[in-house]
Amino acid sequence: MSTQTFKETNEELYNKLMQPDVISGSEILLRSLLLEGVDCVFGYPGGAVLYIYDAMHGNPDFNHLLTRHEQGAIHAADGYARSTGKVGVCIATSGPGATNLVTGIATAYMDSVPLVVITGNVMSTAIGTDAFQEADITGITMPITKHSYLVRDVKDLSKTVHEAFHIASTGRKGPVLIDIPKDVSAHKTQFTYDKKINIRGYNPTVTPNKLQVDRLVKAIEEAKKPVILAGGGVVYAGAHEELLEFVNKTKIPTITTLLGIGGFPSSNDLWLGMPGMHGTYTANKAIQNCDLLIGIGARFDDRVTMKVEGFAPNAKIAHIDVDPAEVGKVVETAIPCVGDVKKVLEMANQKAKAAQSEEWIEELQQMKRDFPLKYKDSDNLKPQFVIEMIHETTNGEAIVTTDVGQHQMWSAQFYRFNHPRSWITSGGLGTMGFGFPAAIGAQKGNPDRLVVSINGDGGMQMCSQELAICAINNIPVKIVVINNQVLGMVRQWQEIIYDHRYSHIDLSGSPDFVKLAEAYGVKGLRATNKEEARQVWQEALDTPGPVLIDFVVEKHENVFPMVTQGSTIDDMLMGDS
Amino acid sequence: MDAKKHTISILVNNQPGVLQRVASLFGRRGFNIESITVGKSEEEGLSRMIIVTTGDNSKLEQISKQLYKVVDVIKVIDISANPMVERELALIKVNAEPSIRPEIIGVVETFRATIVDIGPKSIMVQVVGDSEKVKAMVELLKPYGVIQLTRTGVAAMIRGV
Repeated sequence: MSTQTFKETNEELYNKLMQPDVISGSEILLRSLLLEGVDCVFGYPGGAVLYIYDAMHGNPDFNHLLTRHEQGAIHAADGYARSTGKVGVCIATSGPGATNLVTGIATAYMDSVPLVVITGNVMSTAIGTDAFQEADITGITMPITKHSYLVRDVKDLSKTVHEAFHIASTGRKGPVLIDIPKDVSAHKTQFTYDKKINIRGYNPTVTPNKLQVDRLVKAIEEAKKPVILAGGGVVYAGAHEELLEFVNKTKIPTITTLLGIGGFPSSNDLWLGMPGMHGTYTANKAIQNCDLLIGIGARFDDRVTMKVEGFAPNAKIAHIDVDPAEVGKVVETAIPCVGDVKKVLEMANQKAKAAQSEEWIEELQQMKRDFPLKYKDSDNLKPQFVIEMIHETTNGEAIVTTDVGQHQMWSAQFYRFNHPRSWITSGGLGTMGFGFPAAIGAQKGNPDRLVVSINGDGGMQMCSQELAICAINNIPVKIVVINNQVLGMVRQWQEIIYDHRYSHIDLSGSPDFVKLAEAYGVKGLRATNKEEARQVWQEALDTPGPVLIDFVVEKHENVFPMVTQGSTIDDMLMGDS
Repeated sequence: MDAKKHTISILVNNQPGVLQRVASLFGRRGFNIESITVGKSEEEGLSRMIIVTTGDNSKLEQISKQLYKVVDVIKVIDISANPMVERELALIKVNAEPSIRPEIIGVVETFRATIVDIGPKSIMVQVVGDSEKVKAMVELLKPYGVIQLTRTGVAAMIRGV
């Protein structure tokens, strides 16, 4: 919510917050966050943020959720941001509190998620002396933040917060860190809130170059085998409707990357699935055989391109992206369209005509029929079966978060999304432990939607402490554990690439997840076969409040198709199904 | 495309940490820094960095685009794409017993360099010029025994306009 909308919807509170009182830095921080429209902050207190937490005490306007680990707090803020499109906010103390955020900051940076991360620091006078719980967090996070601030004067604080929200949420989005020394949070000054933003050196290119868009439109008219590669940028720009209109007009088959899932409806005939290492047969073949490849808010990640030298060998490449540095970074680009994805597509939609793609579409439709995603079903409980069941019983309408590994790929393959901001996964950094806390954040941001958190038995143990906040706050996330008692993706690589030399992947001895859930006061259920799976999953859906469901699945299942490193994407292992 | 030497001028906000932001960007993206100089610019609150780097055109384009993503970076120019003036200063302390001094002074004067200090057994030479000239001066003084060498890195500017 922008300050303007906040003013309109909460006029009384707005007027109260805007009073020019002489208040502490901590109170300035809270007021500034409220004025930015922040309705939930995830955090964990400690010595250097005591003034800030003191200002929260008895403040009825400020909503803070106490997690059980700073990493849980930042992943929750991330899930909140991805699912709502708003800026996620988290707070941690200096030193270890701040360094515990580092993985979460890197996760958000790699996936362009807007976060404002607030850390306390030691007193200004103690900075640089190796004081208790001191860490140079602005220095540590410089390579993984879009920008960062160390606030040295309380008079700069409200302006800094306003700038941080602006930078986090415009252009290519990303995390911005504000480090506040303890004395700055205590010092008092008169509150002012300047709505104007003027950051010299920060002017994201939003409006596209008309000539380049015209070139794109012309290239489409001439193309016989065009393909769209839609990435997370489509979702983040809120350009899903424009993309659908663009595809309807141009008749171009469309592939969604891991982060682009939901940016284009999977129910559409022209959707080909996900590309890359575990992409669909048709998506990968389409890229390799196309004559025009239009990347839209996608950054040609190495898990998509695989061997870059052999990627899309016959294609002219067009690239629509808000970040000019992405254009030409990985693949040579003939038609660069730098600008906000929504604006570029709006402009293109005014002129776009259909490509000469009838035969190409027919060829790809046949391929989709011949090589669908599939698995060999059995009487044992297969992980893919569980994902398909979750999809069917939720009509594809849930918000699904995942962790990282095999279950993530199966979820991307077998849960079919039709809406943006419903699929939340750590794509770029591949952060285990992300999925469950991200679901908590997504549920806070979307109290009326069903949120399903799908995890492996490895990643579930990386942030399971947050079961406590689900129980205490009755956050009704349905927590799925795809439990194969092994680090499945590592096992798969060791089987296929390392000649069955299984090294340190055995997770037997993990806790009984049902008992673990119950220990925290969360309902726990278990299924070991299909019948039980259907039964307990329905029970979970019918239960108000959080439920953990432990699906004990087939151990030796692999994700297919699979492209091994060093191969081109049409060189796929298809499995024995 | 061939890797070429490029001299880049970067106008930045004079904020704490800005040197670290720029230098660490070069480091983590695998861009090479041959020399770097930083100082105040003509405008209050802004500094100018001159970085000499090597790379082909696509690498240079990436460097420029990545630099622009740093919020404190205001302007990036490849000075070496234009006619430019490039200057570097070096101080060179050379072994110099009184008997050999006239010979060294002869070498130094030919280079329009200057003697800025004389010690009992050494002299200090100051040379100003482009990097090639500085390098040549150092090479010529090496046979006498260079005790210490310090160079400023390159300051550069586009000619005319």
